[in-house]
Amino acid sequence: MTAYLLRRVVSGLVTLVVASIVVFSVLEVIPGDPARLMLGMNATDDAVQALRVQMGLDQGFLVRYFHWTGGLLTFDFGKSYTYSVPVGELIAERITVSLPLALIALALSTAIAIPVGVFAAARRGKPADTISMAISQVGVAIPNFWFALLLVYVFAVWLRVVPAGGFPGWEAGIGPSLKALVLPAIALALPQAAILARVSRSALIEVLGEDFIRTARAKGLSREAALWRHALRNAMLPVLTILGLQFAFLLAGTVIIENVFYLPGLGRLVVQAINQRDLIVVESVVMLLVASVILINLLVDMAYAVVDPRLRTRS
Amino acid sequence: MSDVAANRERGFLRVAFVNRSFATGIVITALIAAMALLSFFWTPYDVTKLVVADRMLPPSWDHILGTDQFGRDVLSMIMVGARNSLAVALVAVGIGMGIGVPLGCWAAARGGWIDDALMRANDVVFAFPALLSAIMITAVFGPGAINAIIAIGIFNIPVFARVARAGALSLWPREFVLAARAAGKGSVLITVEHILPNIANLLLVQGTIQFALGILAEASLSYLGLGAQPPMPSWGRMLFDAQTRMAVAPHLAIAPGMAIVLTVLGLNLIGDGLADVLDPKLRRRR
Repeated sequence: MTAYLLRRVVSGLVTLVVASIVVFSVLEVIPGDPARLMLGMNATDDAVQALRVQMGLDQGFLVRYFHWTGGLLTFDFGKSYTYSVPVGELIAERITVSLPLALIALALSTAIAIPVGVFAAARRGKPADTISMAISQVGVAIPNFWFALLLVYVFAVWLRVVPAGGFPGWEAGIGPSLKALVLPAIALALPQAAILARVSRSALIEVLGEDFIRTARAKGLSREAALWRHALRNAMLPVLTILGLQFAFLLAGTVIIENVFYLPGLGRLVVQAINQRDLIVVESVVMLLVASVILINLLVDMAYAVVDPRLRTRS
Repeated sequence: MSDVAANRERGFLRVAFVNRSFATGIVITALIAAMALLSFFWTPYDVTKLVVADRMLPPSWDHILGTDQFGRDVLSMIMVGARNSLAVALVAVGIGMGIGVPLGCWAAARGGWIDDALMRANDVVFAFPALLSAIMITAVFGPGAINAIIAIGIFNIPVFARVARAGALSLWPREFVLAARAAGKGSVLITVEHILPNIANLLLVQGTIQFALGILAEASLSYLGLGAQPPMPSWGRMLFDAQTRMAVAPHLAIAPGMAIVLTVLGLNLIGDGLADVLDPKLRRRR
């Protein structure tokens, strides 16, 4: 178990290092000189050159790479070219929007999907199963930003119960802030819930065919009890895998959903930063997202060991 | 020999069309594809012609799906947009298969450090949220349909590499492969003659799934303004334009969204149906 986890941690770290090289190299070939962009087209060459030196852009590729990664390790992300504030501050501010959004969406999609999956699996082949799976089939096909537009039309334009976009900031109170995150979270969660419901259902159906379920039923457990107590736990492995993958999807989804709702989160920050050639911001945010995906996958692997005792004794 | 193959083919098609998912999916996808093909020869109106007097008309007999903010016919734009969506997603699948499958087969055939290195490289690509990286790539190389294809295609490579490798690995210890080896065939020949035909099913199913995901990804990119550029209509771009006009012309947001949903739904149904038909073991479970 420890050896297994250690191996996973090491491979996660290797992935992280390679990813940092890839991110740095890709953004290296981005057209446009950040110093020129900051000063505008009318700046003299001398001024641009001076700023390049000040920003460290005149140094070699390797020097800048190690400077950047060294900074990342000490949570010193450098200074944004366009905002002239430390990138760390910028990220810390924006993450208070994106992280709650992704977490609410994840909670929402799990809370909807697992009961639906269990419900459908327990009624396999019956009309209730067919209908809920048909609905989820359509749900998988719905792009989240289109769903977001429909939600805005119904709840913001038509019923006027929630704002169509924008974010008041947490200092304006938890109530209004949560209200601003409701529609984005639903828009993010529902298409993911559809996928999760389908996976939960097929995982459960597979487990329900196992011998130990028949044994549980034979010893007098009701169908419901066998389902909730024995089947669900065993069906958790594929569900956990998908949950881990979904977190990555949700993070990427916040990029587009934040743009639909004009939310000042990481996703909007990164899109704006790309447009403004604010490379240091793009690099840092992308690395943060990659690191969190790797971390989540690691947590999923650890959760496997908790859910499945066989993994604890193996190796 | 060819008779047997033809019979098997006919048998497959018969089974496939009895499968409800597959039949529904084929019908939906064929309709969308036919619409895209038709748009090359004929659309109800010219999508490049702006008729300001007819802006944002609601659906009517003249314009079944209404008109947009420049007076262009929405149905015509949907048809031309279908062309763009299908082409981007299809070529992206082609890139993923064309590079991913050989890599996966190579990893399975050689094993050892080549396999390790290729799978680690896969892990790196998987660690990037695909949409975010697609945004990065289109931002670096400039927005446009071609760069959207590349951005989506790159993330298809490890998917196909993984599926091909897993399929090939399970085949290499089988007797018929050992026999081929004993007969003196090299690993390239074995892969082409014995491995590929046997993993074609898996690849086909994965292909339809990636095709559907590609449609969604293309729509997201063009919604953000990073896909096909105006005046070329694209479904995602149409939704972006509709967003600010939701209060006055909600019909603009309905048609492109429905087009995306139907296309993705059709492809997913085909994928589900194929998986059922091609793998009888799976059929029991549904």
